[in-house]
Amino acid sequence: MTEFVYRADPPDSRSVVALDGVALIFHRPSGLTHIVAPPALQILEALEEGDADPAGLLDRLKRDYDFDEDADLAAALDARLAELETAGLVWRP
Amino acid sequence: MYRRYPGCEVPDFTVRLFAARPWRRIVRPSVTIGGDFMLPDAAPLPLAHGLLAAEMGMNLQMALGQRRYLLLHASAVERDGRALLMTGESGAGKSTLSALLGERGWRFMGDEFALIDCDSGFVHPFPRLVSLKNQAIALFDGAVEAERFGPLMRDTPKGDIRHLRPTEDAIARMDEPAKPALLLFPRFGHMEDVREIGQAEVFVRLTQASTNYVAMGEPGFDALATLVRTVPVRAVDYPNTKCAIASVEKLWTELAA
Repeated sequence: MTEFVYRADPPDSRSVVALDGVALIFHRPSGLTHIVAPPALQILEALEEGDADPAGLLDRLKRDYDFDEDADLAAALDARLAELETAGLVWRP
Repeated sequence: MYRRYPGCEVPDFTVRLFAARPWRRIVRPSVTIGGDFMLPDAAPLPLAHGLLAAEMGMNLQMALGQRRYLLLHASAVERDGRALLMTGESGAGKSTLSALLGERGWRFMGDEFALIDCDSGFVHPFPRLVSLKNQAIALFDGAVEAERFGPLMRDTPKGDIRHLRPTEDAIARMDEPAKPALLLFPRFGHMEDVREIGQAEVFVRLTQASTNYVAMGEPGFDALATLVRTVPVRAVDYPNTKCAIASVEKLWTELAA
């Protein structure tokens, strides 16, 4: 089965402000403001390298961040991607 | 009530108060609020509440039409060039507190809207009539000159209302902005308490308190984020105005002075 790849707008499409543990994102194409908790912003940053399927995206995140080995990272990432897709911050081209 | 205010050659907005039907001038006289921006289903007010209708009309134009400033539903007072902002739900006391402080050495800047300049971050005054409601009306009886009061309007949709004209100084200095130095979320009717609030929550509450945040776009986002990151914030519960004034003065000294 072919897995979808995800895409995000380039970094200059958003203004990001860090506020006590969360990030405010002003998304220029939509004019909407989002308040996101980790790892949402980190996912968007990982997609700056280019489109990626969930497995490839997870590899990028593991390369850059430390994770609990016991956690079901794939399921957690799927859930976060679904949230970002609903918010319009990532999409499947 | 506005005769001492400076005039202007080009008004920002127009407010019209008119009888919805000709016979409403005679039978149960009432006024409909109109102007550049209108709410089509707004109910008319009795003519006896005409001043309230005028104030609501002005608020409506600002809320729906203002694009020059980021608008926060907040009161503001100034001391030494720096502004104290107070915001919260209706009945929280922000209007009463700003008016009381305006009679106690602070410059009253407005009890309804704080106008944030998106470039400078400064608050611009909008010192319209103070809308005193219910128990707050008695607080000013005998404490200010009688000629500064408007008519007492009973049983309006917002309860009893009496308008108070700000001090001469507040009106004379209505073009002097001030840098925000403290933001409070007052709440009347609770045990005395002061709490910190997380910046993210403050940001969300201020977007909810703004009538034009979405319309202002990225400059509004930048201005609000800067305000939240640079200005100390506290939630203040108070059982009476005496406690509130004491809390405000103490917090101002600790956090802003």
